Amino acid sequence: MTEAGASAREWPLWEVFVRARRGLSHGHVGSLHAPDAAMALRNARDLYTRRQEGVSIWVVPAEAISASSPAFTGASTRGGTGPAVR
Amino acid sequence: MYGNHSGTPEQVSSHDAYADDGDADFLALIQADGRVEPRDAMPNAYRASLVRQIAQHAHSEIIGMQPEGNWISRAPSLKRKAILMAKVQDEAGHGLYLYAAAETLGVDRSELLDKLHTGRHKYSSIFNYPTLTWADMGAIGWLVDGAAIVNQVPITRCSYGPYARAMVRICKEESFHQRQGFEILHTLSNGSPAQHAMAQDAVDRWWWPSLMMFGPPDDASPNSERSMRWGIKRFSNDELRQRFVDMTVPQAQALGLTLPDPELAYDDTTGHWRTGAIDFTELFEVIAGNGPCNAARMAHRRGAHERGQWVRDAAAAYADKHRSATATGAVA
Repeated sequence: MTEAGASAREWPLWEVFVRARRGLSHGHVGSLHAPDAAMALRNARDLYTRRQEGVSIWVVPAEAISASSPAFTGASTRGGTGPAVR
Repeated sequence: MYGNHSGTPEQVSSHDAYADDGDADFLALIQADGRVEPRDAMPNAYRASLVRQIAQHAHSEIIGMQPEGNWISRAPSLKRKAILMAKVQDEAGHGLYLYAAAETLGVDRSELLDKLHTGRHKYSSIFNYPTLTWADMGAIGWLVDGAAIVNQVPITRCSYGPYARAMVRICKEESFHQRQGFEILHTLSNGSPAQHAMAQDAVDRWWWPSLMMFGPPDDASPNSERSMRWGIKRFSNDELRQRFVDMTVPQAQALGLTLPDPELAYDDTTGHWRTGAIDFTELFEVIAGNGPCNAARMAHRRGAHERGQWVRDAAAAYADKHRSATATGAVA
């Protein structure tokens, strides 16, 4: 909202990784906002595993992820101008 | 739920529609039907167009909770209530997947919500119609979610990766919703004469607005052509609308309900069902803010956001306190 303070502090962004079933590694499924890790896990459970999509969840603060630029691996010559993360 | 009919208040300026078409790498990727990912270089207009579309889609999902939320407390049985609650929760989830996809383009969710709350972003006009009876829960699931599925399935192949991936999850859930709506109407249609009449009344009211969910006719759809060229949109509004009509007419027959269009007829030469002319002046009136529920939907959304402020503040304060306690503990 534009009124003072209403969105003064957006909760931090977390990236969510879910292990679909035993024997598979965790895969990235999306992101969400939450004030802390415990709430991020609860929100991730409610948002990304409503229909038994996983047996284990990781949440990682988006700002803690270091990402390569698209050109880094040599797999692409495309330059990066997007957001710093993802 | 979602349609192409939310209007275009923040239309990407069209004067540079061709000037900013993307560099050679971008165009080669699009032409090879590759996927654009968040950190790739992309034309500003491509980014702006996606932010607008994904945000309006997200807004539609969360506003779409209201017409159905209206009937949770009055569902006819505990089972129906549990199903409707799960469905409304799904719509909230769809909104969150989509806000997250939009954020990969460098915008903040709070900024997008602010644009919704101040009327600078639109949402699907279908949610500006009231839900007058329980049968409307059936008609919304069958027709509105049915139209949304036809609209959304092609977006699972959208050129922008995060949007396409969000849409895969959403489409799976929407197909539950559509069957749930069909089942409600099937039960009512085969019930007492009063129940059958209630089902027919709901279909009579939702049929034309559902057809309008596909947006204006192709010759009056300003952003369509470039969206198709960029692989954001795969089929035109009229193609998708026709697909929906062809899918829905036999389902109406199976339900034993009639669609309120005396001109509806099967065209032997094309193999398609032809509808009567659609009165788009109504659609444009609703987009302009003159639908039956526009003001109520926005007032409710703003109110819910404002009433939730203390929860957001409390959670942030708790997280701060916990963090500083942990930090103190570490020092001690």
